[in-house]
Amino acid sequence: MGNRKYLIGTGLILLAVVYLAVTATSSSAQYYLTVDELLARKTEMVGRQVRLSGAVIGDTIQYDPENLVVRFTIAHVPGDLDEVEKQGGLAKVLAEAVRDPNRSRIVVEYHGPKPDLLKNEAQAIVTGTLGEDGVFYADELLLKCPTRYEAAEPVNQP
Amino acid sequence: MVAIIGQSVLIVAWILALYAVIASVVAAYRHRPEWAVSARNALLLIFPLLSVVVALLVWALVTYHYEIEYVHNVSERAMPLYLRATALWGGQAGSLVFWSWLMAAFASAVALRDWRRDREMLPWVVAVTAGTLAFFLFLNVVLETPFKRFWALPDGNIQASVLPPAGARAFFPKDGRGLNPLLRHPGMVAHPPFLYLGFVGFVIPYAFAMAALIVGRLDARWIRLTRRWAIVAWLFLFLGLILGSRWAYDVLGWGGYWGWDPVEISAFMPWLTGTAFLHSVMIQERRNMLKHWNMLLIIITYDLVIFGTFLTRSGVLSSVHSFAQSAIGPAFFTFITLTFLGSMALLAWRWNDLRGKEQIRSAWSREALFLYTNLVFVSMAAVNFWGVVYPIVSELFTGQKATVGPPYYERVMGPLSAIMLFLMGVATVAPWGKVDTRRLFRMVVKPALVGLLLPAWAWWQGYRKPGALLGFALIGFVIAVVLYDIARGVWARHRVHREPLWRALVHLLTRNRRRYGGYIVHLSIAIMGIGIIGIEFFQLETQRTLAAGESLSLGRYTMVYDSVAIFNTNDGRQVARATVTVKDQQGRVVATLHPRQDYYIRDQQPMTIPGVHSTWGSEFYVLLVSWRPITAEGATFKVYYNPLVKWLWASPWIAIAGALLAAWPETRRRRATAPARAATQAPAPASA
Repeated sequence: MGNRKYLIGTGLILLAVVYLAVTATSSSAQYYLTVDELLARKTEMVGRQVRLSGAVIGDTIQYDPENLVVRFTIAHVPGDLDEVEKQGGLAKVLAEAVRDPNRSRIVVEYHGPKPDLLKNEAQAIVTGTLGEDGVFYADELLLKCPTRYEAAEPVNQP
Repeated sequence: MVAIIGQSVLIVAWILALYAVIASVVAAYRHRPEWAVSARNALLLIFPLLSVVVALLVWALVTYHYEIEYVHNVSERAMPLYLRATALWGGQAGSLVFWSWLMAAFASAVALRDWRRDREMLPWVVAVTAGTLAFFLFLNVVLETPFKRFWALPDGNIQASVLPPAGARAFFPKDGRGLNPLLRHPGMVAHPPFLYLGFVGFVIPYAFAMAALIVGRLDARWIRLTRRWAIVAWLFLFLGLILGSRWAYDVLGWGGYWGWDPVEISAFMPWLTGTAFLHSVMIQERRNMLKHWNMLLIIITYDLVIFGTFLTRSGVLSSVHSFAQSAIGPAFFTFITLTFLGSMALLAWRWNDLRGKEQIRSAWSREALFLYTNLVFVSMAAVNFWGVVYPIVSELFTGQKATVGPPYYERVMGPLSAIMLFLMGVATVAPWGKVDTRRLFRMVVKPALVGLLLPAWAWWQGYRKPGALLGFALIGFVIAVVLYDIARGVWARHRVHREPLWRALVHLLTRNRRRYGGYIVHLSIAIMGIGIIGIEFFQLETQRTLAAGESLSLGRYTMVYDSVAIFNTNDGRQVARATVTVKDQQGRVVATLHPRQDYYIRDQQPMTIPGVHSTWGSEFYVLLVSWRPITAEGATFKVYYNPLVKWLWASPWIAIAGALLAAWPETRRRRATAPARAATQAPAPASA
């Protein structure tokens, strides 16, 4: 069977690809946490790659344009999409998270220009590490403004 | 009225699609050809009906019908006409209508072809295309209609629905909410249609593949019939990806072109498997091999297309593209599962009939190399898929949600791309069947040596990282092999037919369009690789606040900040527009750039538009980050130096030329000789 040789070769190639994928996964995996989870596992998570999501509190946004440092606070939002849906959709959940003073919060520092979408009640997805000082140092900052996309009732009266 | 008519026509189209499926199945089972004709006619009716729907929706968008929820959500009075019209695909419901409309156009084109030689496949092709269409129309009619109207309820609330709720009166908002400013860009206008044309195009080969499986016509007929569809779909998908990438580079203001966003990947995966499919069908046509594999590839590509359509328009994964979370998720998941399991069951049923006698006779034959490239393409798709679903898998098995970012993709895709380039080069000159390895080595070594000119040039230019040099060597090899092969062909014609060189070139390319079209696409991919290596390995960036007259240097350029102007436009933007002068290393002024920030006042959304000085050596990419509005004494800039990236932007033009050459219909004289030759080379065609 000449084909057996090729089956073995194919198997070896696929094994190599799997090995490559597995090692790359384990070395570059980022833990996706909510603010609550990060604060609960503080000591364990210091220095590890973490992807954190939360609601941006507009009043806390500070921007130093000289040194390009952005600092803001995010409030806890549930990480589970179903949970978010149950509470009335992302826009509502974000708005409530910002308003609720009892939510756990964390300060985020990001070095770079202030992103276009950074504003009150935006969902921030920050990637970086938690510092010893309790500040989250973000290397990457992704923002979503769900209100732009979701169907909302018109407010302007005819 | 618009809403009621639109919704009614949508429902009729949906019913026709369902009827076409049922009538086709009856036609096939009961051997009633008149039912097949009826099914085809029903399918043909869907395109004009959906054209009416699209026309109504565009008309509503253009003429400010903000009482329709969809129109209200994606457009506003201040938007220019072309943006209002193309807001058709600015949101989920409209996108799905647009998808169905394109699908109906493609299905009609297929239904109108001459079916005399393939009569038994017609009902099943109609059934599969109409079935796909019926699914999308179901989404449109039941879950995501673009024709919901606003109604004012007696209790003062506003509600959106197609039919008026009890006691409600019509509600007319004065203006819409407008399209997200980030999407108001020509690249974003063109990107979805191209992507969708690519997606929809791959449905056609899938429909023929399923028809072939069902009726048991398991030769390469279905592949020959759909070859051009696949090439055209591939090209559109490729251009769609590039347009999206270019939009990100021009609008998102991050100096990059590809962010390994789940949505990007979801459009990239069917492109990868589609590319594998385009290559492996050649092995079936030529050597009657890999029949199972081709079926598997087109099934996977089809379901990845549906998956891609779903991901681009839903919020299942966190992404800059997500529009909204909606009920369509479970519907898509069910449809993908059913079509995948159904197709695989058909394939399993025909498994033994698809078995061929041919075997690979040499590890370095062209068919073996094609097989390896297939493995690499599918591996690429698999590792991308793994990256996309890893968060879900991780959560399911460890309870911990985790993601993999760009480093994962770069580490895996880098080596795989290198292997791909190597195979691309060798396969170009490798012969079919039995291979004299030493002779193949001699054919490869010359272009490989010539190809080393590229890394030598890169070294001389200062691009000296080992990984990049290896990449350049492989790219040089691919380019040299293709040019060498073309040159050899031209020279042979020149000597044998005594043609002048340019005519020999034209004849060579046009007499063997598929082969040389493919090679030209290979050139395009290699050239694209130059740009990717340039920006991935050698991008420089810096950011600094400059007072007027101050300068900063990066790469081979120095920029001087001159001034900033702030003004309002009549479409609701406040624009801050800086003027910077760019000088080269000799201090000569080479460009004046105007990076700017547009602030959409009502949306409270800024948009950062770079100023770019572009040459074949590098792009000097300047972003205006912030400024002092009153004194205008200082402004902050973020600057990227992107070496060689212009090659990336230029390469698609070559791919267009190559793909069109490969897909262009052959002249009649060629067609007459082609089957005779194929018959002598494929000794044992499977009988149906």
